[in-house]
Amino acid sequence: MLSEVTVVIPTALRTFTEGEQQVVIEADTVGQALNQLEARYHGVLPRILSADGRLRPHVNLFVNETSTRASAGMDTLTPHGSVLSIIPAVAGG
Amino acid sequence: MLKTTALREAALSRLRQTVAQIEPAEALGRQARGALLIDIRPAEQSAQCSASSACRISRDKLELQIEGVAADASQSLVLMCASGVTSLFAADSLLRMGYGEVYSVDGGFTRWQQEGLPVASVEALSAEQRQRYARHLTLPEVGEAGQLRLQRATVALIGAGGLGSPAALYLAAAGVGKLTIIDNDRVERSNLQRQVLHKDASTGQPKVNSARATLEALNPDTQIVTLNTRINSDNGRQLLSGHDVVIDGSDNFETRYLVNDICVALGIPNVHASVFRFEGQLSVFWPAQGGGPCYRCLYAEPPPVEFSPSCSEAGVIGALPGIFGTLQASEALKILLNIGQPLVGRLLHYDALAGRFAEFAIETDRSCEVCQRASGRCG
Repeated sequence: MLSEVTVVIPTALRTFTEGEQQVVIEADTVGQALNQLEARYHGVLPRILSADGRLRPHVNLFVNETSTRASAGMDTLTPHGSVLSIIPAVAGG
Repeated sequence: MLKTTALREAALSRLRQTVAQIEPAEALGRQARGALLIDIRPAEQSAQCSASSACRISRDKLELQIEGVAADASQSLVLMCASGVTSLFAADSLLRMGYGEVYSVDGGFTRWQQEGLPVASVEALSAEQRQRYARHLTLPEVGEAGQLRLQRATVALIGAGGLGSPAALYLAAAGVGKLTIIDNDRVERSNLQRQVLHKDASTGQPKVNSARATLEALNPDTQIVTLNTRINSDNGRQLLSGHDVVIDGSDNFETRYLVNDICVALGIPNVHASVFRFEGQLSVFWPAQGGGPCYRCLYAEPPPVEFSPSCSEAGVIGALPGIFGTLQASEALKILLNIGQPLVGRLLHYDALAGRFAEFAIETDRSCEVCQRASGRCG
């Protein structure tokens, strides 16, 4: 059975999620969670990953408080009850 | 009925038995061997002239502020008042608090001067400044030494907009000595929903002029330097050099990367915040202090243009930059006062719609072309 993960959607991507601030998904890794998100909300994934499947340099993904860049990237595990936050760079001041 | 003078004399007589009293010359000797000499006279008096290298905490603040200068209860303390009487009571109080070695200087500062021991005129706050900063002076983490430290500090603010407005207001109110405000925009009516430095009547003026008028009216102590220019790669290093802290309140990625790179090169802490619609982010990028990450470690590259609408296109809720500019001021004050834990290596994120703060760990990118090269770690 897959883990239940809460994906926190940044303001900039909520146009893809019909305004949802967070989405609960079943996945064991970050990669699975993002694919599930894309399956549910088409078009959101290219905003997070580049065409070659790598995390875009202006986006960070955090499982709880830890960056996936500091762990196993798309293979980072998403334990049951974890929170996957998508944090893109913003520049407003 | 017992006369109150008799009560006082009885107390003094007891204290002379229980509190160690030392000659001024011995106090000087103990100070040279590591004891902490504290001038406990009223601040107005010790501000004029005090023993060289003495720490100054007035009697009424002593118990509240002693931990700020003597965190270790085994620290040897030498208390000096004007004549050697008040210091007996004060020493007794510190001994009761648990300090193990507390002395009172016999004859106090009067005798210290009579014996020709070294004195120094000290930098001090005026009576008006004591009123203005009273709530800072009460904090053990700030006190008079901290307030004077703020008075000597210089902060550069990139932008007098949504973030720069509250940041500048709170830094000026706090008594930071010099604020350099860099912005080449003019005030537009659409700015007024969030840029609280400016007023309706300022519309059309250069933002730096409007900012100066507001800040000088708030606190005449703070020197406001205004630069009606846009920071760029030609002038940036010169504009930011010599500042203790930089507040990045810019509104575009190009400036944010430029400010990061200059701050890394100059070793200046960069208090960063950015906002978008209902979300904001805050961190302190200061690789020179302990090798923490820089902005490029967090976001190696800006987003493609089509992914990054500006505030004018995307909108921003007015109070949001107020929250983040104020947090920037708070982080800057902590850095200037050398207190607390600056937000180095951490990203604070706030979603106003959800009403939720979150904190994330930011790792230093060991291959970062900017901060790792500056530190000599990158081949």
